[in-house]
Amino acid sequence: MRVGAKMNTVSPFAKLAPGLAISVLAGPVIIGLLFVLLPAFGYLPALGGTSFSLDPWRRLIAEPGVWRGAGISLAAGLVTGTVSLAITGLFLAGFHGSRAFEAMRRLVSPLLAVPHAAAALGLAFLIAPSGLFFRALARVGLGSGRPPDLLTVHDTWGLAMMAGLIVKEAPFLLLMSLAALPQIEAPARMVVARTLGYRPATAWLKTVAPALYPLIRLPVLAVIAYSSSVVDVGVILGPTNPPPLSVAVLRWQSDPDLSARFLAAAGALLQLAVTALALGLWLLGERLAARTARARMESGGRGLHERWILLLGGIGMALVAALAALGFVCLTIWSFAVSWRFPELWPQTLTFANWTHVLPMSLGPLATTLEIGLASTAVSFAIAIAALEHELATGRPAGAWAMRLLYLPLVVPPVAFLFGLAVAAESVGLTPGALPVALGHIVFVLPYIYLSLSEPHRRLDPRWGRIAATLGASPGRTFLAIRLPLLLGPCLTAIALGFAVSVGQYLTTQLLGAGRVDTLTIEAVALASGGERKIIGVWALVQTLLPAAGFGLAMGIPRVLWRHRRAMLDAQ
Amino acid sequence: MPLAKSVFAAIAAASMSLGAAFAADPDPKSWDASTAAAKGQTVYFNAWGGDTGINDYIAWAGGEVEKRYGVKVVHVKLTDTADAVSRVLAEKTAGTNEGGSVDLIWINGANFASMKGKGLLLGNTWAESLPNFKGTDADHNPSVRNDFTVPVEGQEAPWGKAQLVFAYDTEKLKDPPKSMPALLTWAKANPGRFTYPLPPDFTGTTFLKQALLELAADRSPLNGPVDKADFAKVTAPLWAFLDELHPALWHGGKTFPANYPDMRHLLGDNEIGVTFAFNPSDASAGIAKGELPKTVRTYVLDRGTIGNVHFVAIPFNAKAKAGAMVLANFLLSPEAQARKADPKVWGDPSVLAVGALSAEDRARFDALELGIATLKPAELGAPVPEPHPSWVDALVKEWQKRYAGK
Repeated sequence: MRVGAKMNTVSPFAKLAPGLAISVLAGPVIIGLLFVLLPAFGYLPALGGTSFSLDPWRRLIAEPGVWRGAGISLAAGLVTGTVSLAITGLFLAGFHGSRAFEAMRRLVSPLLAVPHAAAALGLAFLIAPSGLFFRALARVGLGSGRPPDLLTVHDTWGLAMMAGLIVKEAPFLLLMSLAALPQIEAPARMVVARTLGYRPATAWLKTVAPALYPLIRLPVLAVIAYSSSVVDVGVILGPTNPPPLSVAVLRWQSDPDLSARFLAAAGALLQLAVTALALGLWLLGERLAARTARARMESGGRGLHERWILLLGGIGMALVAALAALGFVCLTIWSFAVSWRFPELWPQTLTFANWTHVLPMSLGPLATTLEIGLASTAVSFAIAIAALEHELATGRPAGAWAMRLLYLPLVVPPVAFLFGLAVAAESVGLTPGALPVALGHIVFVLPYIYLSLSEPHRRLDPRWGRIAATLGASPGRTFLAIRLPLLLGPCLTAIALGFAVSVGQYLTTQLLGAGRVDTLTIEAVALASGGERKIIGVWALVQTLLPAAGFGLAMGIPRVLWRHRRAMLDAQ
Repeated sequence: MPLAKSVFAAIAAASMSLGAAFAADPDPKSWDASTAAAKGQTVYFNAWGGDTGINDYIAWAGGEVEKRYGVKVVHVKLTDTADAVSRVLAEKTAGTNEGGSVDLIWINGANFASMKGKGLLLGNTWAESLPNFKGTDADHNPSVRNDFTVPVEGQEAPWGKAQLVFAYDTEKLKDPPKSMPALLTWAKANPGRFTYPLPPDFTGTTFLKQALLELAADRSPLNGPVDKADFAKVTAPLWAFLDELHPALWHGGKTFPANYPDMRHLLGDNEIGVTFAFNPSDASAGIAKGELPKTVRTYVLDRGTIGNVHFVAIPFNAKAKAGAMVLANFLLSPEAQARKADPKVWGDPSVLAVGALSAEDRARFDALELGIATLKPAELGAPVPEPHPSWVDALVKEWQKRYAGK
């Protein structure tokens, strides 16, 4: 009796956690959307909009290039999602267990640590007509001594933007897959399929992939939503005339003609629709793919174009890694350059001056970034793990409806609700500053932490806890001494991911901090508008440093802690 | 939407009750009282933060003001001045009528016209009462009292001057085009070697205005609001010019650089042959920073180029109004203006009437080395005044209609 009673005891915080999580995540989105919905239909008394009308929509439809911009946003979402997932899947199918796989496993965290803006800037420095790639071509005699008049960065179709997104999102999906794989007993599935005579890649695609996809489905949807509404990558790599819809919305919001706010609000709602359409098309595609794949899967074919899988998966992932690494190299060289003009392959002189100029100035923003990142990550982690423990204790997994609310901030484009949220925060007397920014970051950090943690947590064998309870351990002790250590790896990865998300936040920090909260990302993006490449290089690297340290710790801590307990390492 | 209406009703009620408890604004006419009130205040100075030279200068000015007047200055680095405009607007929407987050804002043109029009600025002619305002000799220097033809009425204090100058590499180009028709001929003979920043970037729209001023049959309608003019007729020569120019632009006119620093890099990498900036010393600064070859020189067009003045303004709900006035006054001092005009610091021309200053203050300006590629004031010539700010929006809209998504 006593044991049973104990097992159902949950701490008050854990009891509150699911509700807290949902209100922390869904609340701001819904309030923000409400304060965007009103001006989208003409109601914003401060600007003289005192009655409802359809004028903002008429203006939006008349806006030149708006449909093309919306089309690019839609395409960016679907293409980035498809290609990133394909690269991840084919790479895992073709290379699981190989040396290339182990190399990529080690590389994936550093790749993820590079903030989107920094990765995009690196790619731009690499592929621009005056970038490293064309300098190398000029060096081997292919070129006219002048940068080619080629549209690479800012191309009309948004291909450079999609490439910049894939470079970030394929590693993200790979990391999510790596976190989920141990939960589906992939080796056992492979043994069965191999015993039945299936070739390795085919065996993986037919037996592991179908079990893996449901576990990484939400991350895939988040990638699609993010790519269809991205702002910073769109500004750095995307088309300019017209820009992707999200960038256009931001421009309208900062138009000196204040009546453009109504247009921006309508545009924000259109962005919401575009993202929803991208997700809807994806879900439709999922069904079609499932139907086609099922027939192929049951056909009994033992070798499914093995060579093509290896080739595509290998080239795809190698390209992702190479573009990211070379972009990073470009940023690094720029950060030490005095003067580095086309067609020089290497700067004439190197200097520390850029670093000594920037570093003293970066200390303040560095501290602010650290504070906000640590605070929002700590709160998010506490809420996420408490909510998960609550689910386990009550045996009630969050309902589908609740889950959808939880991921609202990941699938609702931030441009659609952040401006409204800033107005709402002001109206309840929340002065712009570090506090609202940290609270705002939680809206984005918590879902990622929850996303990264929930599957490992749910798949953790509940019998470990039951055995501990049978031995008389309290729920708290069971959690601290048994479950948490078993989950150490996933927990640290989730924390590092959450921290990286916080470091990379631009819009949230800018709008809720009233520009007074000066983080590394704010500085880097502010400078990106001035285009001083050597200074951008330094800031982008400093901006990368923090999340990189986080992922480094997440990888290193379990190795140090479990250095005498190898089985714990393998368990993760 | 009863819920929404009640939300806004609550906000309106809150703002009314706040209005009753309004703190008295500092009186700029009794300057000693203002400096006394300013002591201990923190001024959030909202200014574009995209240039390290400018950022360092603002940091220097903040340090001096703290040392001398006990006013702390925080530079809020904006990517776009309109961000601060929207913040003040958001505060007004939310009923924050005092204790706002923006104390001083670097502004001119359409942003000023918009804020002034919406009553978002402090309006007690404070700027004209600043002790250092005398140095501008405003009675003989009307450019500090008119911002893109809009009367300033003391709602913003002049800070610096800008004039459009073109730059090219003398090693690569012997005879740069010095008028819009010459530019068109040269661009068609050298496809891919010219471009301009994407409107609505301010340097990009300045290029449109420059071309329009030069090509228009009659300039006078440009001095008044656009809705008083026959827009199609006045601007027809501009579109004819651009229709011909665009196919010969960099990347065939399919994409445009974001701003003038972007174009400076394109010139440095020899992607384009001619660039332009709104700061006469930009090319010299680029050479000093190693971004441009030492052989780059600047010039203005034969019929003159557009020039304007940029200002600082205080929002109606600023928290540190007295502190903001102290900072604005310091920025206008001969000492701060001379330092700003130094190309090694920033290279932004002074708004002071240097000839009318004391001998000691004049010497500060005489001692400046303007840089190898910077034109002397006489070479710059008289700036062509800006059109009325309403033209910017109309030009950008028409430009986008014609050239966006094509």
